[in-house]
Amino acid sequence: MTATAPIGLSDLRSYLHGLPGVDKVGVEARAAALGTRSVKTSSKAKAIDLAIRMVDLTTLEGADTPGKVRALCAKGRRPDPADPSVPSVAAICVYPAMVPVAAAALAGSGVHLASVATAFPSGQAPLEVKLADTRAAVAAGADEVDMVISRGAFLAGDYARVFDEIVAVKEACGSAHLKVILETGELATYDNVRRASWLAMLAGADFIKTSTGKVAVNATLPITLVMLEAVRDFRAKFGRQIGVKPAGGIKNTKDAIKYLVLINETVGDDWLDPAWFRFGASSLLNDLLMQRTKLTTGHYSGPDYFTLD
Amino acid sequence: MFEYAPAPESRSVVSIDSSYGLFIDGEFDAAKEGGVFKTVNPADEEVLAEVASAGPEDVDRAVAAARRAFPGWAALPGAERAKYLFRIARIIQERSRELAVLESLDNGKPIKESRDVDLPLVAAHFFYYAGWADKLPYAGFGPAPRPIGVAGQIVPWNFPLLMLAWKIAPALATGNTVVLKPAETTPLSALFFADVCRQAGLPPGVVNIVTGAGDTGAYLVAHPDVDKVAFTGSTEVGREIARTVAGTGKRLTLELGGKAANIVFDDAPIDQAVEGIVNGIFFNQGHVCCAGSRLLVQESVFDLVLESLKRRMATLRLGDPLDKNTDIGAINSAAQLARIKQLSEIGGQEGAERWSPPCELPDRGFWFAPTIFTGVTQAHRIAREEIFGPVLSVLTFRTPAEAIEKANNTPYGLSAGIWTEKGSRILAVADKLRAGVVWANTFNKFDPASPFGGYKESGYGREGGRHGLEAYLA
Repeated sequence: MTATAPIGLSDLRSYLHGLPGVDKVGVEARAAALGTRSVKTSSKAKAIDLAIRMVDLTTLEGADTPGKVRALCAKGRRPDPADPSVPSVAAICVYPAMVPVAAAALAGSGVHLASVATAFPSGQAPLEVKLADTRAAVAAGADEVDMVISRGAFLAGDYARVFDEIVAVKEACGSAHLKVILETGELATYDNVRRASWLAMLAGADFIKTSTGKVAVNATLPITLVMLEAVRDFRAKFGRQIGVKPAGGIKNTKDAIKYLVLINETVGDDWLDPAWFRFGASSLLNDLLMQRTKLTTGHYSGPDYFTLD
Repeated sequence: MFEYAPAPESRSVVSIDSSYGLFIDGEFDAAKEGGVFKTVNPADEEVLAEVASAGPEDVDRAVAAARRAFPGWAALPGAERAKYLFRIARIIQERSRELAVLESLDNGKPIKESRDVDLPLVAAHFFYYAGWADKLPYAGFGPAPRPIGVAGQIVPWNFPLLMLAWKIAPALATGNTVVLKPAETTPLSALFFADVCRQAGLPPGVVNIVTGAGDTGAYLVAHPDVDKVAFTGSTEVGREIARTVAGTGKRLTLELGGKAANIVFDDAPIDQAVEGIVNGIFFNQGHVCCAGSRLLVQESVFDLVLESLKRRMATLRLGDPLDKNTDIGAINSAAQLARIKQLSEIGGQEGAERWSPPCELPDRGFWFAPTIFTGVTQAHRIAREEIFGPVLSVLTFRTPAEAIEKANNTPYGLSAGIWTEKGSRILAVADKLRAGVVWANTFNKFDPASPFGGYKESGYGREGGRHGLEAYLA
């Protein structure tokens, strides 16, 4: 399917506001209930490997250097140097300036290279700048682009502007996959999360992503649940499958498994795959490795046994 | 779907004796006539224990013990009675894992529910009424409300320990003493509660537990020295009790059956409404008097709701009640299973369309797959009679007035649910529903501070909250 919206731009408002509402108490209760699932032994081992394969290993710091990015890429390719049975992560996620370094370090590995773009994290730049940012990242070798939406425009009800921006960035991406960051922590309500999800999908997003990781509230289970429901319903209606990426604040294996349970019992098998679900995370990986070692050896190793990046 | 490995809660946290006596005057004691009955685990039909069956003489002894204890208990300052109740609440919290496993073994409910719903609510109920014990003069029932005397209480098998808490906590807080009869199929948690009372140092005779079948209950209700009767159970038995008690001057509260309407309007938050529908009818295998067993869906969203509901039902996990990931446990008894099967067959014969998700039932024990019937009309028996199982009747409506009319068109009136994002509609509809509890955008939510009880054939009197004190005060 192309990026063309199946509905007219002028109808966006009535369309988005015509979606069923989200009851806050109910969605939080459902997410909490799923969070009590007990995933142990063999299913835990399976979940950990799947979670590792879903990690978008990320570094988005002003202090990033080529050396650090190269180290991160090496880690992404082979997360545990001591154990070759550990799978690679899904992607490395960096700022556009670091894309050339990462592209060289990842060449031939099968690990995807994602770059944030469009004046990440605030999105407060003219459209031309955002598009140039995107094109530069893709030209330098990024095959996935994580863009941010203009939350200001969205909250002001200017859905058409947000829509047009996504369409334009999608076009600038060319063949690269587009992940649209909704920055749910700034959208304030679950109703808005649902509307922003649909808006991004209608505009041609390949993935919808919760957060930049740079604001106070990042990925949460109930927010991800609302987004999973959105991709489920969108596919049922338009036949196109969209991926979901919670990012920020997912720090340990227990949390990651809760997300997998959420997928398992909301949208099912089709999304239990790195092609359709990612974790935007950095410290999560080491906890996954630590728990994996614990499961295979029966004891915990100290943090020094796992590389820092 | 990725399968979860078995995650059973350990059975070893609870040690069940091979036999139990009656708890009278602070001591466990065999029944005088020596009668016993067996209680089984409904998930595998294993016998858990033999329990004494109380005859008339035993009930006499229990009532006499309660009578002897009454003056001393009633004369205690409220703050002193509160200390015992607080102590009981804390012991229940400390022993909650043990009691949750026990409850799941004897009742068949999933451990996730006994652990996360039953036991926390049991403790909360004792904490709540402990708080009232020294404030009774300010409860709105006169400046010096008095306890009534000896309360004869009969509780059902669906929430054995929780219903016990609903009965015993307010009775004790107000200064009454009690003789309680748990249900025949689920006597164990009440007997463990007796041990909690001993652990708390509760004076002998304040709480007495007599186990047995319907005869034991009938004798307790008719006992001339019982001043107050409280019953939770079927409308049929409730009627009998009302007849027995009529004209005796005994006080009576009844919490009986229900056939609650769960009304989904077209502007409802659909995903959460579906959760509410599932919770409303499949919570505790539908063994819930306030279960949302009649789903009323606005026609314009019928297809959407039904499709979502079926998809959601396909994820329900039925099986070992002690597995932490089980959503649907065992049906409590062979007799109840037979009734659910019978009414479900009638539903099919009357022309409703039956659907269950693919669901493998264990070979042993009592099991019934979650089931919905569509194409149900008000005239169908499955829309009128309480099934008390995981069976949902789905009906449709076009206007709010029709929804209200259908919701109220039942001899029962215990609970109802409304799903809409429109606040004014919630208020307008709730106002016209003849049900004791109306939930808006939620279902099966309980809190000790909130009164609970029915209209019409769902009974009379209120349990819980400040209102719950009234039944135990003169």
